[in-house]
Amino acid sequence: MDVLAGKVKVTSKTLDQTMNPAELMDHPIRLTARDVTVHYGEKQALHGISIDIPDRAVTAFIGPSGCGKSTFLRCINRMNDTIEGAKVGGKIELDGEDIYSPDLDVVELRARVGMVFQKPNPFPKSIYDNVAYGPRIHGLAKSKADLDEIVISSLRKAGLFEEVKDRLSEPGTGLSGGQQQRLCIARAIAVGPEVILMDEPCSALDPIATAIIEELIDELRENYTIVIVTHSMQQAARVSQKTAFFHLGNLIEHGDTEEIFTNPVNKQTQDYIMGRIG
Amino acid sequence: MTDTVLPGASAGAQNRDQVRKSLTRRHRNEALFRWAGILSIAAALGFVAILFGMILSKGLPSFWQSTVHVEAYFDPELIEGGPRPELADFPSQADYQEAVNKWQRAVTLSNWNRIVETALRAEAPDFEIESRDLLELVNSAARFQLRDMYFANSDVLGQTVPVSILASANTDNWLKGTINRDAPDDRQQLAATTRALADQFEANGTISFDFAWHIFTNVDSRSAPATAGLAGAFMGSLYMMIVVIVLAVPIGVASAVYLEEFAPKNRLTDLIEVNINNLAAVPSIVFGLLGAAVFINYLGLPRSAPLVGGLVLTLMTLPTIIIATRAALRAVPPSLRQAALGLGASHNQTVFHHVLPMTYPGVLTATIIGVAQALGETAPLLLIGMSAFIANIPAGPLDSATALPVQIYLWQGNENRNFFEARTSAAIIVLLGLMLLLNAIAIFLRSRLEKRA
Amino acid sequence: MNALVIAALLLVLLTVSYQVGWSRSRKLADGKDTRLHSRPIYHGVLAALFAVLPAIVILGLWALFSQSVTNSFILAQLPAEVAQQQPFEVQAAISRVQAIASGYGVIGEPTPAEAAAASAYASFQQLSFLGVIAAAAALGAGGLFWAQRRIAPRLRARSEVEVFVRLALIACSTVAILTTLGIVLSLLSDALRFFSFINPLDFFFGTTWNPRFQSTGSGSAGEYGLLPLLWGTVMISIIAMLVAVPIGLMSAIYLSQYAHERVRGVVKPIIEILAGIPTIVYGFFALVTVGPFLSGLGDLVGIDIRATSALTAGIVMGIMIIPFISSLSDDILGQVPRAMRDGSLGLGATQSETIRKVLLPAALPGVVGAVLLAVSRAIGETMIVVLAAGNSPVLRANPAEPTSTVTVSIVNQLTGDADFTSPQSLVAFALGLTLFAMTLLLNVLALYIVRKFREQYE
Repeated sequence: MDVLAGKVKVTSKTLDQTMNPAELMDHPIRLTARDVTVHYGEKQALHGISIDIPDRAVTAFIGPSGCGKSTFLRCINRMNDTIEGAKVGGKIELDGEDIYSPDLDVVELRARVGMVFQKPNPFPKSIYDNVAYGPRIHGLAKSKADLDEIVISSLRKAGLFEEVKDRLSEPGTGLSGGQQQRLCIARAIAVGPEVILMDEPCSALDPIATAIIEELIDELRENYTIVIVTHSMQQAARVSQKTAFFHLGNLIEHGDTEEIFTNPVNKQTQDYIMGRIG
Repeated sequence: MTDTVLPGASAGAQNRDQVRKSLTRRHRNEALFRWAGILSIAAALGFVAILFGMILSKGLPSFWQSTVHVEAYFDPELIEGGPRPELADFPSQADYQEAVNKWQRAVTLSNWNRIVETALRAEAPDFEIESRDLLELVNSAARFQLRDMYFANSDVLGQTVPVSILASANTDNWLKGTINRDAPDDRQQLAATTRALADQFEANGTISFDFAWHIFTNVDSRSAPATAGLAGAFMGSLYMMIVVIVLAVPIGVASAVYLEEFAPKNRLTDLIEVNINNLAAVPSIVFGLLGAAVFINYLGLPRSAPLVGGLVLTLMTLPTIIIATRAALRAVPPSLRQAALGLGASHNQTVFHHVLPMTYPGVLTATIIGVAQALGETAPLLLIGMSAFIANIPAGPLDSATALPVQIYLWQGNENRNFFEARTSAAIIVLLGLMLLLNAIAIFLRSRLEKRA
Repeated sequence: MNALVIAALLLVLLTVSYQVGWSRSRKLADGKDTRLHSRPIYHGVLAALFAVLPAIVILGLWALFSQSVTNSFILAQLPAEVAQQQPFEVQAAISRVQAIASGYGVIGEPTPAEAAAASAYASFQQLSFLGVIAAAAALGAGGLFWAQRRIAPRLRARSEVEVFVRLALIACSTVAILTTLGIVLSLLSDALRFFSFINPLDFFFGTTWNPRFQSTGSGSAGEYGLLPLLWGTVMISIIAMLVAVPIGLMSAIYLSQYAHERVRGVVKPIIEILAGIPTIVYGFFALVTVGPFLSGLGDLVGIDIRATSALTAGIVMGIMIIPFISSLSDDILGQVPRAMRDGSLGLGATQSETIRKVLLPAALPGVVGAVLLAVSRAIGETMIVVLAAGNSPVLRANPAEPTSTVTVSIVNQLTGDADFTSPQSLVAFALGLTLFAMTLLLNVLALYIVRKFREQYE
């Protein structure tokens, strides 16, 4: 905590307060959401979420299950489009560009905003082909050598290369759970995204694998804007610089992680952190 | 922060350019793929539409058939054989039957065609036409129709009775235009005078298109195709379906219950499982071979009998029912079994009182699907002789019979194509209608069963 | 014998024995401290089983043998020379006696010997009927008596009834196995009889199919080369797959991945209607609509297409198989976890890229299994090819020409007056065996692949 807190200086504490100019220089805002609502059919899942997400930092979404944190995460790369009956309202901007504007291409957006899922979901292909999948569909590599380089550097960045370098042609499904999840991270990195969304990436993993992934997230923070949904407050405290607390589809409070955990303004946040809301 | 080389602004921008460049091509491919899907569905739906359109458009007119309405005079001069014998005059039943047969033979040998002819001429007194051509107008069984009227009630002798006689198949073709009306004389089935008379009769109302009830009440006929009906085939199919339901359902459900609830899980039951799955995919014609070799050749059961057909179809339907019942049993939550066992019910009681009743909707659906499949099956029946021409309605499951799909097969091969294309389509409509009915019953019963559960 | 009387007697026996078992066990339990092991209802059922089963066995035996016993009795009454006659004459004599005995009478005056035989037969009939009834009743009563003696508080009546039930269930589940066994044995034995006429090599590798009509004494057995039929079968199956696999697979993909729930709810059942239509209807459709259409189309573009041809049969068979492929593929695509799809979409793949590069490869084994099952269906299909393939068993490559298949030849060789002794009809069993072996191989392979595929995602 101390180490992490020392690296980042974020002061925004409440919803309405935007970052001051000094902060912007250090961590410019990458994503802004204003009044985002989501309906699944008749049911409203999100009630007017507004938040700014800074560049090259880890922002954690916490809250009890069903609070809307994953739903909001899926809005950021429009994965909610794939769910029938889901309707998104409000505005989300990536680098000032409205991502729900009709002119925006979802394919391009998702190439910029990568996603890692709750359960490791490597494709039933070789390790190499798993990582090469994104670059191939987007046409990022001009030659086989290019592709090799992308695959290897992505695996390196995901800290997996040393473990799998001798068996790149073996199926990705043969790896252990933690390795699979790092493979999925490598797969996301290979496309060269600017933002990486992680939806409870460690919930299916054992503590050791979790620790490795957390370390990895911390390293990746230097190059990417990372948003992570987690059900574990400890994890949020360990890896994130900013934390947002969701409850019943509302964003209750968000700000500097250390502030949220040590001095929450809101009663509900307090209760949750104390373990009074499941 | 460290100073490692990042996928910095330039690399990121380069990536975005690459992605953008690929977008047009990829969205085009996406659209193409989507269209391929839409076209496939359109093709499949199109096939359904064409198939039903063809059958309905060809078959429906066949249910309204040209019928000649005349006044028949049962001329005592022409009808031979004298009065009908009375039972009381004979020493034994056998002697009486013999006398009746003799009388009927004599009656049959009377000149019924003259009676038909006279009746027809009375409708168009001034029309000049040869007797032979005149008789071509009505179906060739018309004389038997009048004879049978006389058999049934010999009091009509000397009276004039209104009769509806089916026009011949060729007349029907001519009037409906299923034969080319502009074809030259040598390509026409009917003489020019007959065709003219037919047109005249249609104009003056002597011939009308009446609903062809006889399709449901008559048996097949070769000599008088216009009168051919489905009753015999229907009864044959009915007997077979009764055999299938009586045998396949209990046996199928019992073996599913045994395999799913009682049998130990070992190599043998694995083998049985594989065996049943394979049996479900064995071509139906192989079951026909089995029937021919075992039921007919080895056990000596009669050829062409609905009983044998029913047995063959039972064996064919069995796997369907077993597989579906097992699936239904598997879907019953284990908690129900544990609850029943926990209350001290025996294994048998648990299965028969608690688990099995839950599967009734599933079993019912499976039965209907199996029976519908059996109802439409043709190939195996050909091998056990059910494609023979049968002129009687079978009185029991051991009589020679044919079945609805086999009747369709026989009719489509009839030489009088113009008439039988329509008649075959009509038979198909009846068959599909029966299947639809079965499914409707299944849906109805299923919803009732599920409501009660 | 009067079936109604027997049924009524059996019913009486059933009720009485059930009542006896039930009430006796009730009495045992009444007023005393003894507790019954089983409820009275089981004692009743057990007693009924003990009483009714022996009676049914006796009646069954009589039903089996009464015909021959009666015949030999009547023959024994008639003069000895009657038995020396032709079988059908003997049968006629017996029928006459039976007709006289029944009171229906015969035409003319019966001979004294016949009259005597008839009266003897009438009394025999009465006696035997009573005798059988008596025997059945006695055995039933004996069974009941024994069962009733056994009734005691400790009697495990329920367990015994359950053993009966279990045995009945086992008997039922052997039917499926006996069917397979029956198929294999009957096909094998008759095929072997065929191979005693024709060298198997000539059958399996012969290129001419010309069984000839059976003509006694001509000595010519005909030629039975399988290859033209096999080629016809394969060609038609290939055409059918070329129609069914793309359309079926693409429909399944569109319906499961793109279509709205509402569209899916309407379109899917309509496509599945195709699966319920009897094959004879498809055959008729091919003959009346598709064949002439193709032929006309051929005229239009200057290709000679026959109305009944491998092409006609294959296309219509393909239409028949579309729902088979589409519902199996739909099922299989549904088993690929949603996470796969999300993973690919999350990387920015378009939907079609996701389907082509992730879903289909993941589902490939299942789809291959489905296609194999469909192929096995196509090669076993009979009525479409009987009507629409043209029945011309000649080895030729042009699909626009008529052809013939294994199934068509089975029908041709075994319809009509089959006598099971000539190679002309026995060849049907050799063909059937070939067909059975081919489909079995495909089915086993397909079911294995599909099973492995399912296990992968369970």
